Amino acid sequence: MSSAATENPPAVDDATVELLEERSRFIRSEVIRLIKVAKVGHYASAFSCAEIIATLYYGVMSLRRGEPDWPDRDRFMFGKGHAAVALYPVLADYDFIEREVLDQYTRLGNPLGDHPDRTRVPGVDFSSGSIGHALSAGLGMALSARVQGRDFNSFVLLGDGEQNEGQVWEAAMSAAHHKAGRVIATVDRNRYCLDGEVDEVMGIEPLDEKWRAFGWDVHEVDGHDAGALCALLRHLAGRDAPTRPAVVIAHTVKGKGVDFMESEIGWHLGFLNPEDETRALEQIEMVREGSE
Amino acid sequence: MATRQIQRSSEQSWTLLDLLDQAPGLIALSDTLVEITEDGAPVVALTGDLKYSNGLVRFAERYPERFFNMGISEQNMVSTAAGMATSGLTPFVADFASFLPLLCCEQIRTDVAYSQLPVRLIGHHAGITLGFYGTSHHATEDLSITRAMAGLTVVCPTDAAMLAASVRASVAWEEPIYFRIGRGREPDVYTPEQLRDFEFGRAIWHHRGADAVVIATGSMVSPSLEAVRKLRGEGHDVGMLDMHTVKPVDRQAVLMAGATGSPVITVEEHNVVGGLGAAVAELLAEKGSRSRLRRHGIPDVYSLIGPPTHLYRHYGLEGAGIEAVIREELEKSRTLSVAAGVAVA
Repeated sequence: MSSAATENPPAVDDATVELLEERSRFIRSEVIRLIKVAKVGHYASAFSCAEIIATLYYGVMSLRRGEPDWPDRDRFMFGKGHAAVALYPVLADYDFIEREVLDQYTRLGNPLGDHPDRTRVPGVDFSSGSIGHALSAGLGMALSARVQGRDFNSFVLLGDGEQNEGQVWEAAMSAAHHKAGRVIATVDRNRYCLDGEVDEVMGIEPLDEKWRAFGWDVHEVDGHDAGALCALLRHLAGRDAPTRPAVVIAHTVKGKGVDFMESEIGWHLGFLNPEDETRALEQIEMVREGSE
Repeated sequence: MATRQIQRSSEQSWTLLDLLDQAPGLIALSDTLVEITEDGAPVVALTGDLKYSNGLVRFAERYPERFFNMGISEQNMVSTAAGMATSGLTPFVADFASFLPLLCCEQIRTDVAYSQLPVRLIGHHAGITLGFYGTSHHATEDLSITRAMAGLTVVCPTDAAMLAASVRASVAWEEPIYFRIGRGREPDVYTPEQLRDFEFGRAIWHHRGADAVVIATGSMVSPSLEAVRKLRGEGHDVGMLDMHTVKPVDRQAVLMAGATGSPVITVEEHNVVGGLGAAVAELLAEKGSRSRLRRHGIPDVYSLIGPPTHLYRHYGLEGAGIEAVIREELEKSRTLSVAAGVAVA
């Protein structure tokens, strides 16, 4: 998938790509482990954004291990909050939350629910669950940085079904108007929402033209190519005093990594029995073996 | 904050830009925001294409870099303010009360109240103050909506001086706040000195009373006081309580009002369902008060259209109308006590 950027961002070195791919496998296998605790979960939505989250947290964002409230950290807003199970293992890996807490995902009184909650989970910059608020929140954080003379980025991960929400476009208009160049959105274009294909339920194309018409710097990328994602997001994050917000349309596959889940609408929500769990984990590991 | 007398000949032309001159409450809002910003509060102000209607233009002129016009996209505005509040700012979001808690109900619940972020929402032109603009612009449900949100403070300042005092008090208040105000033209009830000890959640007694107690909030305090003073002048011992904070309601004051066994009358420019009257009813019923409760307000209907003063008269929400309601309750008490007396005899 070619980028719409005029310049080609500098390539990422092999070691980084390898790390990001390993972290993506880590996220997918953790998703399976945690959903086993909850006994129900959004596997497919989490799998489509595994490389995006791995790339942001291990290749792009400016963070300090064990310091979830560091004021100059880059922010992350999870618009498609139902995939938060893909984020929690990363927060534990950053020592923002304890491993024992992670292991009790969704159990009574545990802070980790299906949707991320900033009041309960260190490292969650904004609560989500109601689709459509995250881009506005990211804009607010970018504006707060400006008022206070800080220079962090606000990364916002949006679902493609989320593009149906009116508030997304209010925020899009507003971010461009306020020249919030530190807002960097990524659309997980996995082509599916709950009831089926996004383009059948409520069509969103031409998506790139919509964002461009709202005044955004628009890029497209293969959302499972960690190297390309990382190169592009690093380039966007490193822009000097940007005045245009940027959006990356990341073309992905819902359920990516487990063949019987890929683009199968039922797997938006479900549960793997032990036999299928083994099959799924084998496939996730096979990706690693295949790449070596 | 000095308030201004309104004197305007009916023949004089005026425009949107002159509106603020007629609204000392809105001037007090902007000027107090400037004052607390000068004192170091990390204030930003947001509105949705209404800076002349709510007077934030005054704040914007003083602090252009701290003012954000978010256009007519109120839901985005509330979530943006929540995002700002996560990162060290105290956003004041002003918009018509008909749009803030109604249109943005879920953004306020999820992003502000549940997230416990120090966002200050200012719903102005609340109640039926926008008279003939019609139901879309009336807000007679906003207290019910905001009162049902855990962790949200709900305050209805009485006049310009109390608006200034409550904005100052907000600096040290951690919870998010919904300020409900009118057009900013409410008559002065207080001097700034009288509000030196102003606190959220602590109601202000104007009179104690053994025959009845009126509990009013926001725009209804001034006409209620007028009614109460008239009746007191006639020898009726009617009490008067300004319940500026609807949540958390001053429980002690309400229970004191209901301790006499005499009628308690709530007055609000709001539907009688869910607002101040409901808050008082819940408390009196739970505590087994013997006081009869009369909830006076908009009687669970959509208001007629008409000039505001005519509407207040129609719904009995001016001095004379409130006085009539209190008289009815005093009369009921008299009849009941006579009947009780006969039965005992």
